[in-house]
Amino acid sequence: MTPHPESWLCVRPEGLFCRPGAFYVDPLRPVERAVVTHAHSDHARPGHGAVLASPETLALMRARMGEDRAGESQQALGWGAAITIGEVRVWLQPAGHVLGSAQVAMEWRGSRAVVSGDYKRRPDPTCAAFVPIPCDVFVTEATFGLPVFCHPSDAHEIDRLLASLSLFPERTHVIGCYSIGKCQRLIALLRRAGWNAPIFLHGALAAPCREYERLGVPLGDLRPATVADGESLKGAVVLAPPSAITERWARRLADPVVSLASGWMRVRQRAKSRGVELPLVISDHADWQELNDTIDEVGAPEVWVTHGNEEALIHAVGQRGIVGRALRLVGYGEEQDDVATTDR
Amino acid sequence: MIAFADLLERLLFTPGRNAKIALLRRYFSTQPDPDRGYGLAAVTGELSFAAAKPGLIRDLAAARTDPVLFGWSYDYVGDLAETVALMWPGGGGATPPAMSEVVEALHAAPKSDLPGIVAAWLDASDASVRIALLKLITGGLRVGASARLAKIALSEMAEGRIAPDEIEEVWHGLTPPYAALFAWIEGRGDKPDPEDAPVFRPPMLAHPLEASDLAGLDVAAFRAEWKWDGIRVQLVATKGGRRIYSRGADDVSAAFPEILDAMKFEGVLDGELLVIRDGVVAPFADLQQRLNRKTPGAGMLKDFPAGVRLYDILFDGAEDLRPLPFDERRLRLEQWYARVHPARMDLSDLVAFDALTDLSTIREGARAAAIEGLMLKRADSPYVPGRPKGLWWKWKRDPLTIDAVVMYAQRGHGKRSSYYSDYTFGLWRDDGAGNEELVPVGKAYSGITDQELAFLDRWVRNHTTARFGPVREVEKSLVLEIAFDAAQLSTRHKSGVALRFPRIARLRTDKPAAEADRLDTLLRHVATTPAEAAQ
Ligand SMILES: [Zn+2]
Ligand SMILES: [Zn+2]
Repeated sequence: MTPHPESWLCVRPEGLFCRPGAFYVDPLRPVERAVVTHAHSDHARPGHGAVLASPETLALMRARMGEDRAGESQQALGWGAAITIGEVRVWLQPAGHVLGSAQVAMEWRGSRAVVSGDYKRRPDPTCAAFVPIPCDVFVTEATFGLPVFCHPSDAHEIDRLLASLSLFPERTHVIGCYSIGKCQRLIALLRRAGWNAPIFLHGALAAPCREYERLGVPLGDLRPATVADGESLKGAVVLAPPSAITERWARRLADPVVSLASGWMRVRQRAKSRGVELPLVISDHADWQELNDTIDEVGAPEVWVTHGNEEALIHAVGQRGIVGRALRLVGYGEEQDDVATTDR
Repeated sequence: MIAFADLLERLLFTPGRNAKIALLRRYFSTQPDPDRGYGLAAVTGELSFAAAKPGLIRDLAAARTDPVLFGWSYDYVGDLAETVALMWPGGGGATPPAMSEVVEALHAAPKSDLPGIVAAWLDASDASVRIALLKLITGGLRVGASARLAKIALSEMAEGRIAPDEIEEVWHGLTPPYAALFAWIEGRGDKPDPEDAPVFRPPMLAHPLEASDLAGLDVAAFRAEWKWDGIRVQLVATKGGRRIYSRGADDVSAAFPEILDAMKFEGVLDGELLVIRDGVVAPFADLQQRLNRKTPGAGMLKDFPAGVRLYDILFDGAEDLRPLPFDERRLRLEQWYARVHPARMDLSDLVAFDALTDLSTIREGARAAAIEGLMLKRADSPYVPGRPKGLWWKWKRDPLTIDAVVMYAQRGHGKRSSYYSDYTFGLWRDDGAGNEELVPVGKAYSGITDQELAFLDRWVRNHTTARFGPVREVEKSLVLEIAFDAAQLSTRHKSGVALRFPRIARLRTDKPAAEADRLDTLLRHVATTPAEAAQ
């Protein structure tokens, strides 16, 4: 009989621990051995000993936190290539969340667990698409784990942005977006929609964009957004971190249309309380339907939920005979929280 | 419905006035009749449907969604219509109903058919349209734009040929979907004739009188009246009906049935709505009680009796008196009052004076709760809509001031939404155990320069001690000089006192918080003098 995943995967204060491999997945504190799903700050933390991740994730981690803090030793692993750590076979498959984002598949004595990290199912021109892996336990996120979250199509949201740009040609559209992933995806979507004008970047977004381009994702004409020169940004698209769009920095732009690209923008009160004039529902996470479909697709009889609205997802899968369990890992989702609860 | 839903969504999130007008104008000029007319009615609050109620939506949700998931979702979203709209299964793909189809069906369909009709609409619509639909049905349409903005947008559509005030004058004689109005706006038809409808007439407004205006003022050419602390209303009674309008053209008739009852005449009058007990004007807080109710109950009518203090007449019967000079209108008003003698109305007396010094003394003496100062009106001024320069002045008495300590700060609205620009301030009192405590006495968000705002914003960010939603509690160390027009007793405030028009007069960074004023000091300012005594 194959061992139950609970006998070899457990939650420790440092995070999710794989006992026979003696490593953590996305540990929340510095550890000896870490497997990292993607480069976002809540999953890829500094100060680990050995770090295993996709080559793109390692590159983005180094760009974000510096060579020396992204792990004492780093090992890059390409899609689908399996290695053995301790007694455990480990391989990575794309999660479709941001460039380099991976699901971690682990197999021990015939029992297979997959940790999704953060993931989405929509096509994204800036990263590889999610690959479902059949497994015995699927460790999923549930950031948008309520049925009210149903992301509209990217094309629909980009159309709304372009319509606003044509209705208010004198105003600067300043769009809040995460520095890794959302920012580059927005740029790529705008380029696809024919927006060939320069796109202006807040200082915090410049380095990740350079790294994306170096890793082979072309982004077109990008320029620094010098707010002192507000007049020249009339009618332009300016991208900035979510925290900057309602701060002093953005006030100096020409009569700005404040926008924010996030799955949370689906709920009007969320958008309103952030002072957002043009909410764009563009998310790098699976929506409610996609979470449920993915769980059905991987066919796992058991689902563990790392973070998000776990109780609703567990309730819903339970009605289909799937066992759900909340891991209550505190510390993930802080990038989202920046959108959801700033000023709370 | 798609264009209307999009308009609603953008209006909700758009803080800027000009941007709202641009959105409205684009909607009106791109949508066909009668859809845009119903959209206009929705924006101006002229639509309501008796048969559709929130219960209908709850039932629909119960039939289509898991109750546990619905409960969690409702907790999360906090709004019934939005929750149902967001979690409605499937949807989109088909053609959502047109605005006119929705409005006509909601008016005409028998109640028993509504659930099926609404469910089919929701099935055919995406989330944005579903929210608009459900808000329309439940009457929860807060559009984030005033009726006035819609009229300005229409005026802009007419490219300067028609002023917003002209639209205002015919507005209340029109009904949805306003085909004749759009024809006029687009130059395809004549100005609609309201005939006998009790339409609103844009009022004549006064300029604030500043110290610099005083020197050039030819006092002898003016008449003086008290400036009452109520709300300005226009009473309109014609063969077609009776209406009470606020200064902003809102129909407030339903809130003041006793006044409507007393309007047994034909004419248009201008006056101040007040709560008056035995001829004595009550503080504004009392009127506020009435304004909070859309339709008052019997107790409310008894405890807070409303009256109107008249100061101008615009129409006597069908005769337009607006071109007449003030003195002649005043005479006509007095004659009219002597003839009609309507219940619940009296005349606002002219204040006699000889010279400017005389007026200054009278203004300074006007400390009664219900008087804000003086109105000066040129004796020869016709009644001109808008705010013509030099004809009418409002001369408020000097404010009272207190030094108060900033306790909480909140982000502002619109242009100020990125600043902590709303401040709750407090005064010292004994906490009952021999210690001094601060008690909040009011909120102020105006009166400061952009520079001072930037300073306060920075100060708040650097001195935050706790956060509650959008509110920051701050270190109790900054003193503001607060100016206000009057202090009134209030049971709804923790301090027991409410301020009229508090605003920031000065930043007192020089003053230690411990030396700010005490609540007792403010209580001494509470107006106990009845309004009538001011005369
Ligand atoms: Zn992430
Ligand atoms: Zn995450």
